[in-house]
Amino acid sequence: MTTRIDTRFAELKKAGRSAFVTFVMAGDPDPATSLEIIKALPKAGADVIELGMPFTDPMADGPSIQAAGLRALKAGMTLKKTLDLVRGFRKDDNTTPIVLMGYYNPIYIYGVDKFLVDAKAAGIDGLIIVDLPPEEDDELCLPAMKAGLNFIRLATPTTDDKRLPAVLANTSGFVYYVAITGITGAAAADASAVGEAVIRIKRHTKLPVCVGFGIRTPENARAIASHANGAVVGTALVDALKNSLDADGRATGKTVNAVAELTAALAQGVKGAQQAAE
Amino acid sequence: MNVVKPNSYRSGPDERGHFGIFGGRFVAETLMPLILDLEKAYTDAKADPAFQIEMNGYLKNYVGRPSPLYFAERLTEHLGGAKIYLKREELNHTGSHKVNNVLGQIMLARRMGKKRIIAETGAGQHGVATATLCARFGLECIVYMGAVDVERQQPNVIRMEMLGATVVPVQSGTRTLKDAMNEALRDWVTNVHNTFYCIGTVAGPHPYPTLVRDFQSIIGNETKVQMQEIEGRLPDSLVACIGGGSNAMGLFHPFLDDSSVEIFGVEAAGHGLTQLHAASIAGGRPGVLHGNRTYLLMDADGQIQDAHSISAGLDYPGIGPEHSWLHEIGRVNYLSATDDEALAAFQLLSKLEGIIPALEPAHAIAKVMELGPKRTKDHLMVVNLSGRGDKDVPQVGDILRGKSK
Repeated sequence: MTTRIDTRFAELKKAGRSAFVTFVMAGDPDPATSLEIIKALPKAGADVIELGMPFTDPMADGPSIQAAGLRALKAGMTLKKTLDLVRGFRKDDNTTPIVLMGYYNPIYIYGVDKFLVDAKAAGIDGLIIVDLPPEEDDELCLPAMKAGLNFIRLATPTTDDKRLPAVLANTSGFVYYVAITGITGAAAADASAVGEAVIRIKRHTKLPVCVGFGIRTPENARAIASHANGAVVGTALVDALKNSLDADGRATGKTVNAVAELTAALAQGVKGAQQAAE
Repeated sequence: MNVVKPNSYRSGPDERGHFGIFGGRFVAETLMPLILDLEKAYTDAKADPAFQIEMNGYLKNYVGRPSPLYFAERLTEHLGGAKIYLKREELNHTGSHKVNNVLGQIMLARRMGKKRIIAETGAGQHGVATATLCARFGLECIVYMGAVDVERQQPNVIRMEMLGATVVPVQSGTRTLKDAMNEALRDWVTNVHNTFYCIGTVAGPHPYPTLVRDFQSIIGNETKVQMQEIEGRLPDSLVACIGGGSNAMGLFHPFLDDSSVEIFGVEAAGHGLTQLHAASIAGGRPGVLHGNRTYLLMDADGQIQDAHSISAGLDYPGIGPEHSWLHEIGRVNYLSATDDEALAAFQLLSKLEGIIPALEPAHAIAKVMELGPKRTKDHLMVVNLSGRGDKDVPQVGDILRGKSK
């Protein structure tokens, strides 16, 4: 089964460049502004959109993304509304891949089977669930594959060669390499170490490898993108959003543009990179 | 619900860490290799007689075990029913049962060559025990504690600092135990190469619920022997308080297959079960948090809700996965006690027995006050006095003075 993710990476390969993957939190700072933001992302140069599912206890996220999730929850965001948001986006855009990223509990409570049907119908292409390692594949990974959604696994600096095959076994769409041991937004990723890791992962899989955690600037993005099939930026965009809010944490006239402008600058960085050798 | 009774209640978990549908390993990939290493290190240690011998030495001479099983004569007279015995875990070095588990985990950390220890703490008892053993073995110790708990448990914060630990007040979320655990997990994911996460209760990803249970089972094993010596038979009932549930699991587990023994776990009902509370089984349902599937307090969207208890050690919106399983198969009865009931029990035990309990086991005493009078005089009831109340004296003093004004 071909998803929008597969199609997009095939196109990028033909064009000889890496993907720019953007992360924003669904419903941050409120559902209406959030829809405007995600609509603006592809226009500003995003190739793939990762949409965070707000959760009260995001244990792999740093302060910026924690705060983004809490803003969204305060604005009344739920998993159902996240699916509505994607449905709204799909009215105008049927090609940009959307990957939901977050933690398992809201999906478990929604009901896995119902969620997969609703997510597919809403136009979601893939899932990245931080707290579902291969040891828990029965929970969501295998049902998601069956439902035609990509289950995108995180590989990390602690995932050694012995473990990589298990991590990659049921992965589809792309592999998300976490450039640092740590939480989102914490440290700067080192491009040369990332390059070695990507080569190591590529020995085990034909899937595209995107790299995230610790990429903040167009220069970072370019350096990483030259070693990988894609660069993911999240915290920097979330910070740009936050800095555009008023004193009460509400959206202002600048909010959508603040995210779009940084997206455009980062996209330039990624597009300036030479595609990594296959 | 249609539940098949197992042949033994003590054979869990399965090789993937499941107790029925509960437990598991719901963690970030970064941590997974380390969790598998820990499982292997624990399996090796269990098979190594030298590990047990070394641990027994410290349990006897450093912790001060065995802890007495004490007949609470005046409490028994006052309640007029069951014969009440207190398992005196509050007499352990560091003042609670927490040290049993910490000793085991620190010895595992040493076997694994880890020099940096992190821990989460609610009331500070687990933090103090961890700081103590890190001091004893010369290890770096960082304790994450919710900022709210840092305020209400000052004596333990000072103790940890005196022992050389760094106490990090956690400002995120509700600033209590669950957020301390989030922050400890964030630290672990960042410093995974040199850090051992010493979890304080029978929760978290497999193998933690199992290894913490095993280290705490000394409570129930001693109780069995001691009751045999004193009364010549098994107790008729066991009562223990539950936050995550390690003191309770330690007492209960060795008795799970003794069908004559009634078992009661006591959750914190806070202001009452219809208001803010911390009773995950009474007021929650199964969900996934902090590495395991278990009963959790949450809203309709699966967002974790704030817990409340007067006792910082019980102020957690979840419970260990094995407890969730024991609840579902009906082997253990889970009750709850409110803040006010715990305060009354705190005062009663202090005045009748000259033992100031921690607010956590005061919840268990509160249910003993309810269950005891309904039992006959030959009924033997054991309550786990899991910690001493020194840490709570300032807080309870403030509350009582406030009330008397």
